[in-house]
Amino acid sequence: MNFDPRYSGRNFSSVGTRPIRPDGVDKVTGRARYGADFNMAGQLVGRVLRSPHAHAKITKIDTSKAEKLPGVKAVITAADLPDLTDGDASMYDVLDNCMARGKVLYDGHAVAAVAAVDARTARQALKLIEVYYEILPHVTDVDEAMKHAAPLINDAIFTEGLEEKPVKPSNVTKRSQFGHGDVHQGFGHADFIVERSFKTEQTHQGYIEPHACVANVSSDGTADLWVCTQGHFVYRQHCAQLLGLEASKLRVTSSEIGGGFGGKTHVWAEPVALALSRKAGRPVKLVMTREEVFRASGPTSATSIDVKIGARKDGTITAAEATLRYTSGPYAGMWAELGAMTAFACYKLDNVKTVGYEVLVNRPKTAAYRAPSAPMAAFAVESAVDELAKEIGIDPVEFRIKNAAQEGTRASYGPVYGPIGIGPTLEAAKHHPHMKAPLAKNQGRGMACGFWFNFGGQTCTDLNIGMDGTVSLAVGTVDVGGSRASLSLVAAEELGIDYSHVKAIVADTSSLGYNDMTDGSRGTFSSSMATISAARNAIKVLRDRAAQMWDIPVDDVIWENGQAIAKGEKYGNLSPLSLKEIAAQSGKTGGPIAGHSELVADGAGVSFATHICDIEVDPETGATRVLRYTVIQDAGKAVHPTYVEGQYQGGAAQGIGWALNEEYIYGKDGRLQNAGFLDYRIPVCSDLPMIDTQILEIPNPNHPYGVRGVGETSIVPPLAAIANAVSNAVGVRMTHIPMSPPRILAALEAEG
Amino acid sequence: MAGVAVSTTINGDSVEYLCQPDETLLDVLRDRLGLTGAKEGCGTGDCGACSIILDDRLVCSCLVLGAEAEGRRVETVEGMAHGDRLHPLQQKFLEHAALQCGICTPGFLIAAKDLLAKNPDPTEEEIRFGLAGNLCRCTGYDKIVRAVQDAANVMKGA
Repeated sequence: MNFDPRYSGRNFSSVGTRPIRPDGVDKVTGRARYGADFNMAGQLVGRVLRSPHAHAKITKIDTSKAEKLPGVKAVITAADLPDLTDGDASMYDVLDNCMARGKVLYDGHAVAAVAAVDARTARQALKLIEVYYEILPHVTDVDEAMKHAAPLINDAIFTEGLEEKPVKPSNVTKRSQFGHGDVHQGFGHADFIVERSFKTEQTHQGYIEPHACVANVSSDGTADLWVCTQGHFVYRQHCAQLLGLEASKLRVTSSEIGGGFGGKTHVWAEPVALALSRKAGRPVKLVMTREEVFRASGPTSATSIDVKIGARKDGTITAAEATLRYTSGPYAGMWAELGAMTAFACYKLDNVKTVGYEVLVNRPKTAAYRAPSAPMAAFAVESAVDELAKEIGIDPVEFRIKNAAQEGTRASYGPVYGPIGIGPTLEAAKHHPHMKAPLAKNQGRGMACGFWFNFGGQTCTDLNIGMDGTVSLAVGTVDVGGSRASLSLVAAEELGIDYSHVKAIVADTSSLGYNDMTDGSRGTFSSSMATISAARNAIKVLRDRAAQMWDIPVDDVIWENGQAIAKGEKYGNLSPLSLKEIAAQSGKTGGPIAGHSELVADGAGVSFATHICDIEVDPETGATRVLRYTVIQDAGKAVHPTYVEGQYQGGAAQGIGWALNEEYIYGKDGRLQNAGFLDYRIPVCSDLPMIDTQILEIPNPNHPYGVRGVGETSIVPPLAAIANAVSNAVGVRMTHIPMSPPRILAALEAEG
Repeated sequence: MAGVAVSTTINGDSVEYLCQPDETLLDVLRDRLGLTGAKEGCGTGDCGACSIILDDRLVCSCLVLGAEAEGRRVETVEGMAHGDRLHPLQQKFLEHAALQCGICTPGFLIAAKDLLAKNPDPTEEEIRFGLAGNLCRCTGYDKIVRAVQDAANVMKGA
């Protein structure tokens, strides 16, 4: 669906307003039901036994004592989840991650599970399961894992993407490369070159709601799954495949979701809960503890990145190069590839080359985290860009403006850009009052840019018009932060009715066609496209019914401002028919009125942001405090501006936590040492200032209203923006994230 | 294990229940009494999603035993609205979009109610430190702080 230029001059009546969300009252009164808030009659409590070792062979599992404990109704191991993946390597990894098969690959890897009548019995049963391990050497550091002498995590892995197939296995699953031009020649034309190496530690999405589900498998092969997920249709497919169920017989209902940020896009506990329920013949509720969430669910990659950028005296970048190494946990991933694609996406470059290496380590399987892989690449590149601007003696904003990608630029990862927002966000930053605010001693200002692709994907939506003229909108993209409000606005806009007459719900997998999950900032982008299409299909029906009521040809009926109008002077005496009037007569004119839409939402417009921040470093403690923060980002068209602001602010806060505090800390034994919110400290209210936002609207040419995804880009710039601010405040270039007090103190001391 | 008989007051109503000696008040509220507004985000008192008010004191219900509620007054998010009339904090959280996923919201509402009861006119800094025991991963806290400021103004005028 292309952008309709008529909309750019149009005054929207619903889109762009800020009504209260339809699920709001339930959420402030405690009535909204999340993953752990649902129960079934006769339900058992599920619990998972996890490996205490980073890398070990399982020589034997004895479950007999646990099985005999009164109240235990099922005990399962990998033997209860036979391999049905039929050669699908990535699904096999998912299966192995749900329940270790022969080898445990990280501290926290599931080895067995029980279902019992209550939590205490389940906990006791876990203690009675005897697992015999043969401990193997492990590796958790990305650079160590790439060395030739590193312990091998999977001896069937031979690096893909090399010119010659390697003769020896390694922990590098894949090499990928992007770029164009000739960087060697480009560096030859540079007057200044900056070359730096960076590291970032592994972080967790940190959603406040632990993974939770209730599974119920019947002996006739039908099953129900209630679960907090970003994609219930994807969970259905994966669970059905792993359990040998028919997808249509597994109904998955997505609960309210207490945060996901990419971490609830993969199955972990759900196939285990289904297998337990199948074996016990009763419903099973499985809720992870916070410790399990940290040890066993989706962290992001730890990285090691080298960047080299060269520029002429006039500030033109002549060449840019980066080598990016990303951990993917013990299974193959495409995280470095995403980092390599995004690294230089903000810039117009004649000569650019990025190389990514996917590295296996004994850590949990890497999962997506908001603009996955882009923040680390941006940290390295935007830090180096600032250093280069300093060497040339040019203002960092001007330097970026001079080199910013534009419409028609070939992106460093391949495609040619349409209309994009990087230049406008930089211009807005340049003129923002924040840039001129005074700074005191030990304070500094930094800025940085960020990019994310955005995604569209398969989408299916139903719009049903009730006989009272109100509208039910059933969507299949999980609402992670207010999309039911924005999609109701879009339906109201298209139909020409009031927002309060639309009620949006997220339908279960048996009630609606397949939808990809809510990832890639696609929720409002893709489902609004499908909602517009469904509404337009409903309008066709409404026009037809009005034509019947008037007994005139349908071609003479137009739809305007929520009503059917008979076109032409010959119908001068026919007063318009409102949606409500047509709906009231639907039983006599052909039955229920509805509009449906099934589409692939192609053309998600790429997204750019520029962030500005002021920080203060305490030279005594090395602690850094964020004093002021501004986010400027292109939304294409903000459907519900308050929730767009919320996405900008939330992403910035996560980026600030990543920049300053958050990291997985592993001991020499390969065990995670800070699996809790006390020691893995995410930003709290008193850590942050207000986060100012500025929404720019550069229409996405592939969406009828110009909408772009807005959810992810805001986490990309903060790491570098804060590092640049620290550099400007106290003169040290921080190359290791997080910039925790000990690292800042060490850097200050080294500087002398 | 023998159960403990407990008589307590929850949101103004007399309630009696049997619980295990090692069972948390959070588990009692959620699993025995069906009051699932308080959430378990960590079980270790670090996230504040299970916040309740126990005899005028803000506590994490995951750190209180069910048996300890004997003879005391418990306030949960379910008791904040009067019939269909929302508490000003609830109303302002909606108007300011101070929630995205909403899992932390019951805890924030209870903590903010406790804060405003003790300090009806807090500064931004006092709000930020007053709510520092509650984690939110979605909002960056900006809209939460504004909602509490706005609610404080409304409640002062009331």
